[in-house]
Amino acid sequence: MTEAATEIAVDTAIKESAIKMRGSDVSVFYGEKQALFGVNLDVRKNSVTALIGPSGCGKSTFLRCLNRMNDTIDICRVTGEITLEGENIYDPKIDVVELRARVGMVFQKPNPFPKSIYENVAYGPRIHGLTKSKAELDEIVESSLRKAAIWEEVKDRLHEPGTGLSGGQQQRLCIARAIAVSPEVILMDEPCSALDPIATAKVEELIDELRTNFTIVIVTHSMQQAARVSQRTAMFHLGKLVEEGDTDKMFTNPDTKLTQDYITGRFG
Amino acid sequence: MTPSAIILIVLGLAAIGYFLGRQRALKTAQRDGVKLHSLSGYHGQSVALFVAVPALFLLAAWLFLQPVLIENSISGKIPESAIPEGGAKSLVMFDVRRIADGLNQIIASGDSSEADLTDMRADVTDVRSRLAEVGVALGSDVSPVVFQAAKEYRNIDLVASYLRNIAVLVVALGFGIWALRRIQPKLRARNISETFIKALLMGSSLVAILTTVGIVGSLLFESISFFKMYPAEEFFLSTTWNPQFRGGSELGFLPLLWGTLYVSFVALALAVPLGLMIAIYLAEYAGSRLRGFAKPAIEVLAGIPTIVYGLFALMTVGPFLRDWIAQPLGIGSSSSSVMTAGLVMGIMLIPFISSLSDDIINSVPQTMRDGSYGLGATKSETIKQVILPAALPGIVGAFLLAASRAIGETMIVVMGAGASARLDLNPFEAMTTITVKIVSQLTGDTEFASPETLVAFALGLTLFVFTLSLNILALYIVRKYREQYE
Repeated sequence: MTEAATEIAVDTAIKESAIKMRGSDVSVFYGEKQALFGVNLDVRKNSVTALIGPSGCGKSTFLRCLNRMNDTIDICRVTGEITLEGENIYDPKIDVVELRARVGMVFQKPNPFPKSIYENVAYGPRIHGLTKSKAELDEIVESSLRKAAIWEEVKDRLHEPGTGLSGGQQQRLCIARAIAVSPEVILMDEPCSALDPIATAKVEELIDELRTNFTIVIVTHSMQQAARVSQRTAMFHLGKLVEEGDTDKMFTNPDTKLTQDYITGRFG
Repeated sequence: MTPSAIILIVLGLAAIGYFLGRQRALKTAQRDGVKLHSLSGYHGQSVALFVAVPALFLLAAWLFLQPVLIENSISGKIPESAIPEGGAKSLVMFDVRRIADGLNQIIASGDSSEADLTDMRADVTDVRSRLAEVGVALGSDVSPVVFQAAKEYRNIDLVASYLRNIAVLVVALGFGIWALRRIQPKLRARNISETFIKALLMGSSLVAILTTVGIVGSLLFESISFFKMYPAEEFFLSTTWNPQFRGGSELGFLPLLWGTLYVSFVALALAVPLGLMIAIYLAEYAGSRLRGFAKPAIEVLAGIPTIVYGLFALMTVGPFLRDWIAQPLGIGSSSSSVMTAGLVMGIMLIPFISSLSDDIINSVPQTMRDGSYGLGATKSETIKQVILPAALPGIVGAFLLAASRAIGETMIVVMGAGASARLDLNPFEAMTTITVKIVSQLTGDTEFASPETLVAFALGLTLFVFTLSLNILALYIVRKYREQYE
C-alpha cells in the first residue's frame, strides 16, 4: 500500500468513526401517505446537526425515526435502515427501550411530568436502574441539572412541582431529564418554539455546551438558530432531503436554489 | 273557562301581537322613511313576548296561590266540633274540596241549576247519594257544617277563577298594547328580545334550583318534626334498629349506616380495580377498532335498569353464593347477603369507573407519554409512574361519584341485601341499608305523623348530606385536576 492510499484509508476510518448515526434510504409512510422519500443522512459524533425546511417537509418525522418514537403511532411504517454505531436500530433484536435510553429526546413543548423537579430528573435513572443508592441518584440529579444550566435556579426548590417553573426553565428541566440517563444522542424537536427570546438564548447556549458530551440533532424553524448552534445542516422539502453539508457552507454558498431561497426567506 | 283555555287564548294573542308588531314596525319605518334599528321580526317577537310572558306568569302564580288562600279562609270557618275524633282538620278539608268538586259536576251534568244548589241543604237532601250519582263517593254522610263550607268554597273558587281569567287577559292585552304602541323605527327591539330571552333562560335554571331547595326544605322540615318526637342522640348513636307499630321503637341508624357502607365497600372493592384496569386497557393498549366496540359495549351495563340488576341478585347471584360458598363453609344460610348486593352493585358500577377513568386517562396530554417513552420507559412504567399519577385526581373523582351512587342505590339492595338491620362482619349475612329502610318505613301501614314513618325523612336527609358531600368533594378534586393542563 502506498503512503497516499494509507492516508486515504485512515481518513475514511476517521470519518467513519466520526459518524454516530446513519440513515440509508429511509422512507416513512403514515397509512397510505408517504411522508419521507429515501432519505440518506449521516449524523456526526459530538456535533450539532440541524434539520431545516418548511412545515410538513418531514424533518420532525425523520427525527422521530432516530429513536423510533414513530412506533407509538399505530399507522406509521418505516423502511430503509438507520444505524446507531453501525447497528441497525430497526432490527427486531433491538430493544426499543434500550435504544431510547441511548437516543434521548426533547420535545417542542416543554412537557415536565406532574412530579417534583427532583422526581422529573430522577425518573429516567430510576426506571433504568442506573443508581444503587440515594446519594448516587442525588448526584446524577444535581449534575444533570447543572449540565442543563438550571441548577442555580432550582436548587432550593427541588421538591416543588416541575410544572410550576417558567416555560424556559421547564424546557431546560426536560433537557436535564434527558441528560440524566446519559444518552449518546439527544434529539430536539423545535425545543425553543414555545420559548421567549431570553429563554431561547439560554437554551441555545446550553445546546452548544452539550456538544462536548453528546451528539445532538435539532429540528428548527429558525434559520438564525440553525446558523448559531449547528455544525451540519440538512434541508428537507416535501419529504425529500434537498441538501446537506457544513452549516457555514450551507448558509453562505448552498448548492441548490431551493436551499438558497429558503435560507434567505424567499419561501417557506 | 279552564286554565288551559286561557293559556291557548294568551298564546293566540301573542301570535296576533307578533304580526301586528311586525306590521306596525314596517309601516312606521316606511312612513318616516328611515331604516329600522332592528329587523321587523324582532319587533313582532318583543310584542309577542310582552303579551305572553307576564300573563302566563300571573296565571301560574294565581293557580298556585288561589287554592292555598281559599283553603286558609275556609278552614278557619270550620269549628273544632266538626272534626271527627281521631281525625285531622286536613282530612275534613279534603272532604270539603271533594264535595265542592262534586257540586260542580252536578251543575255540569245539567240535573240541577245554580238555584237548586243554593237551596240544597245537607240535613234535608241526601247529598251523599246525589254526589255518588256523579261519581264522587264519600265515606260517610255529609254534615251540614262541611256541606256549607263546601258550598262556600265553591262560590269563592268560582269568583276567584273568574277574576283570574279577567286579570290574565287584561295583563296580556295591556302589556301587548303598550308594547305595540311604543314601536318606532329607533326602538331597539332586538336588544329587548335578547334581554327577555336571557331572563327566560335564567328563570328556567331557577326552576331547577328552587326544586332542589324545595326538596331539601321538605326533608329538613319533616326531619325536624321527627327529632321533636325522637331524641337525636339516640337516632345517631344507638346500635339497635327495631321499629314497632305501637310506639316504643328503637330507631338507631348505625346498623343501617353500617349495612350501607359495607355493601358499598364490597361493590367498590369489585368495581374500582376492575374498572380501572378496563380503563387502562382501553385507553393505552386497545387498538382503535377494539376500543370503538368495547367501550360502548361496557357502557351498556350502565344502561341496565337497577331493578334488572336486582332480579339478577335475587334469582342468580344470591342462590349461587348461598349454595356454593356460604353453606358449604357454614357461614350463612340466606341468599340475601351483603356479598350478593355488593357484587351485583359492583358490576353495575364498573362502567362508571371505567368510562370516566378512560376519559380522564385519555385527557392526559400525549406529550406526557412521549416524554416518558422518549426516556426509554416501557408502556407499563409510563402508565404506573406518569399517566396514573397525572390522572389520579380525576380517577379519585370518578371513584367518589361511584361511591355516592353506591350509597344511594336502592333497588339492588332491596332485592339483594335483605331487610334485617344488624351490625355484623360476616358478609354472607343479610343486612340492610338506609335506602331499604326508607322504602319499608314509608310503605308501611303506620300513621304518617309517627316517628316510625318520619324517621324515613331523617334517614333521607342523612343520606342526602352524605352523597352531597361526596359529590362536592369529587367535583372539587376533578376541577382541581383540570387546572393542571390548561
